Amino acid sequence: MGLLDQRFENGNIVITSIDNLLNWARLSSLWPMQFGLACCAIEMMATGASHYDLDRFGIFFRGTPRQSDVMIVAGTVTLKMAERIKTLYDQMSEPRYVVSMGSCSNCGGPYWEHGYHVLKGVDRVIPVDVYVPGCPPRPEALMEGLMKLQEKIRGESIARKDLSMASR
Amino acid sequence: MIPQEIFDSIKAKFPKSVLEERSTGVHDPFAAIAPESIRDVCLFLRDDDALAFDFLMCLSGVDYTGGKLGVVYHLHSMKRGHKIALKVEVPASNPHCGSVESVWKTANWHEREAFDLFGIVFDGHPDLRRILLPDDWEGHPLRKDYQVPEYYHGMKVPY
Repeated sequence: MGLLDQRFENGNIVITSIDNLLNWARLSSLWPMQFGLACCAIEMMATGASHYDLDRFGIFFRGTPRQSDVMIVAGTVTLKMAERIKTLYDQMSEPRYVVSMGSCSNCGGPYWEHGYHVLKGVDRVIPVDVYVPGCPPRPEALMEGLMKLQEKIRGESIARKDLSMASR
Repeated sequence: MIPQEIFDSIKAKFPKSVLEERSTGVHDPFAAIAPESIRDVCLFLRDDDALAFDFLMCLSGVDYTGGKLGVVYHLHSMKRGHKIALKVEVPASNPHCGSVESVWKTANWHEREAFDLFGIVFDGHPDLRRILLPDDWEGHPLRKDYQVPEYYHGMKVPY
């Protein structure tokens, strides 16, 4: 508990906003869905393994979309796979995020012209939060992408009442 | 055995099936075989003790353009240490070729791939259906005259 150790004075009370607390919790335990599509997945595995160690961000790969917060689309999205990715995304519970990893899933990559079987960007079937460029991106790049996603989550406000909805 | 000797023994057994042969001046010496007799030729190549082609290294589809498709078989003999290639040419309008699945089991998926991407029909194949593309895909993408569809299941295909 390095973050909290010896930080509190009398009464063990801390004052913060709900948003701050929830966002801190959410961005500190981003669980990605464990699946890979091509060579980007090899870099993703390297990022998760001991040398780059995604665990230190609280990032653990999960075997099911039901337990996942973020989907890392790591590799070439073929048309055959695109429908399955859409299904998996739909099975994830909200709030959910998508990191598009590598040129293929960003825009079709080397298959952009002659790839009759490749979807030219996974954002044609699901919304993408962070695009990580590279072919494949190095583990540092993927980690930066995930940290960008953490930044995005830090600025969100999921607990606040939506006043535009309340007036209906 | 050198390639010319191999071709000679095929011709001795099947005089009408060898349409063309090249044993020098090419990277892979090859013989062109009539489509309907490819299975019998391959069975002979496998079972003859002096030839003993026990390994089908690769089976490829080709679009030669001009209405001609082809199948290329690369054979290797583990036992004798020699190798040759066989070529079969079929018209694109009616692309039928004998299956060698019953000779080498590895041809099963190779022929399905050539069927999937080139639309070559292998007569005698036990399970000839698409292997890579989705079952409802239309057309055979590696043919030179293939047109990429505008949409597949509502997803835009071209960039």
